[in-house]
Amino acid sequence: MFPTPIAKTAPSVQLIYKIALPIALILWLLPLIAVAITSIRSAGDITAGNYWGWPTSFNMVENYTAVFTDSPIGKYILNSFKVTIPTVIGTLILSCMTGFALGIYKFKSNMLVFFMFVAGNFIPFQILMVPVRDLTLSMGMYNTTTGLALFHIAFQTGFCTLFMRNFIKNLPRELIEVARVEGVSEIKIFWYVVLPLMKPAIAALSVLIFTFIWNDYFWATVLTQGADTQPVTAGLYSLNGQWVAKWHLVSAGSIVAAMPPVLMFFAMQKHFIAGLTLGAVK
Amino acid sequence: MRAFWKANQLKLAPWLFLAPGIFMFALYVILPVFQSLDISFYAWDGLGEKEYVGLDNYVELMDDEAFYTALQNNIIWLVLYMLAVPAGLFVALFLNQTVRGIRIYKSLFFFPFVISQVVVGLVFSWFYDPTNGLMNVLLNAIGFDSIAVLADERFVTYGIIVAGLWPQTAYCMILYLTGLNSVDPEQIEAGRLDNAKGWRMLWYIILPQLRPATFIAVVVTVIGALRSFDLISIMTSGGPWGSSRVLAYYMYEQAFSEYGFRMGYGAAIAVVLFLIMMVYIAGFLYKMYRDEKGH
Repeated sequence: MFPTPIAKTAPSVQLIYKIALPIALILWLLPLIAVAITSIRSAGDITAGNYWGWPTSFNMVENYTAVFTDSPIGKYILNSFKVTIPTVIGTLILSCMTGFALGIYKFKSNMLVFFMFVAGNFIPFQILMVPVRDLTLSMGMYNTTTGLALFHIAFQTGFCTLFMRNFIKNLPRELIEVARVEGVSEIKIFWYVVLPLMKPAIAALSVLIFTFIWNDYFWATVLTQGADTQPVTAGLYSLNGQWVAKWHLVSAGSIVAAMPPVLMFFAMQKHFIAGLTLGAVK
Repeated sequence: MRAFWKANQLKLAPWLFLAPGIFMFALYVILPVFQSLDISFYAWDGLGEKEYVGLDNYVELMDDEAFYTALQNNIIWLVLYMLAVPAGLFVALFLNQTVRGIRIYKSLFFFPFVISQVVVGLVFSWFYDPTNGLMNVLLNAIGFDSIAVLADERFVTYGIIVAGLWPQTAYCMILYLTGLNSVDPEQIEAGRLDNAKGWRMLWYIILPQLRPATFIAVVVTVIGALRSFDLISIMTSGGPWGSSRVLAYYMYEQAFSEYGFRMGYGAAIAVVLFLIMMVYIAGFLYKMYRDEKGH
């Protein structure tokens, strides 16, 4: 193990490490801690300029209630779910199939199709912006959560195909060969042989895509407007404009908006990291 | 029909599985690239008739000072964003221990990557706030004057990049932590016997084994730098006086904002950004091609 395990070092080094660890963490999360503290302050503290002293009162319940009652944040969050969940499902359906096709079959243009998905995944969003907006408008889906989800499904299929294909390629091929000799149809091989083995990949991609899409801001501003359709990232930005200098509300709103992916991450940490670090080891 | 399917199943099956994915990807990703290329040769407000203007948009770009500011900022982003890679490695080395509770520490260090850039942007705007932000409160406490980072042309881009480095370092850290997990312990032992320690050990024995992690870290950081949009939009809207714009943001401004619906000009900016990205995409694909052939 590198660096040298701390247990094998001198007691003084061990002590320093144990003290340095929490200090480093607090410094690292300082901006976030500041926001968390601000989110429980009273409006009085904010106007009086008492930002960093001891709060005169703890207004956690009041502030978080105010965020939900005085702003459409509940609606924004609902919209986020309406975009995110269909995207996760749609992307997984498409990429299980494309990954299966590219990982199992040997055919001439296999590499070409695969590289198309990989390259498309890296494209800057701006070059897609005008045509995608036109396409969505012409399908009558501008300013709908469906229109936004459809784009996300298409775009995320690039990354997910890369992921699924590499995952399937590492599955034992004998299983498939045996099934073919037995005369099992290709569709049944997909459904009964390969798909059950893909559960870890599906879990990893679900959390990853959920987080990516929940946190998307650019496409939300390009394809939606107004509280009826905008997801929480874009919503938070407009709320920030309304809540000028009401930092306690901005802070509470930010924390509310960040919660779902954070909970998702802590609940499925192992899968999340497995998905993110794909390719980081050989 | 049945007989035909039976005979050609192996040839047809991959295309049937690929069809929906390719259709969606072509419609929303591949085709729009070419449509944007086409639009960049027109003057178009997004609603009325398109007017063919040839290379005029590109000629105008060459004389556009705002374009050069954005391009320069993109380069600053690219260079400074790379700091996330060594910073991530450093944090990973710091955390790669087995003391009690280390797993929670690792998760909490990774935390900034999980939250939206919108939230990161708001958090840092608050952190930089010239009158009451924590940064200036701390600066004042040790006897320095306040700095209005986001309102000062000299500092604004750097201030936003610092905000961006926060989640990006967390991302690189997790890549390296995974990489460090699979470093061959025998090689470390062999190195120790050869008296390699500290930096020498890191440079000659650990880093070569971390190459896949470094490669991914560089790729995602380059893409992150060139995609920078959210933080700029949230923290400054490109200001003050356009000094924190990057190409991605300038393009958006030209095409969609109150500055006018100049789709053609915006598309031309996007094409330039695309070409810069293409250099990296080509390099990535080339490496992947080599690896695939190697198998």
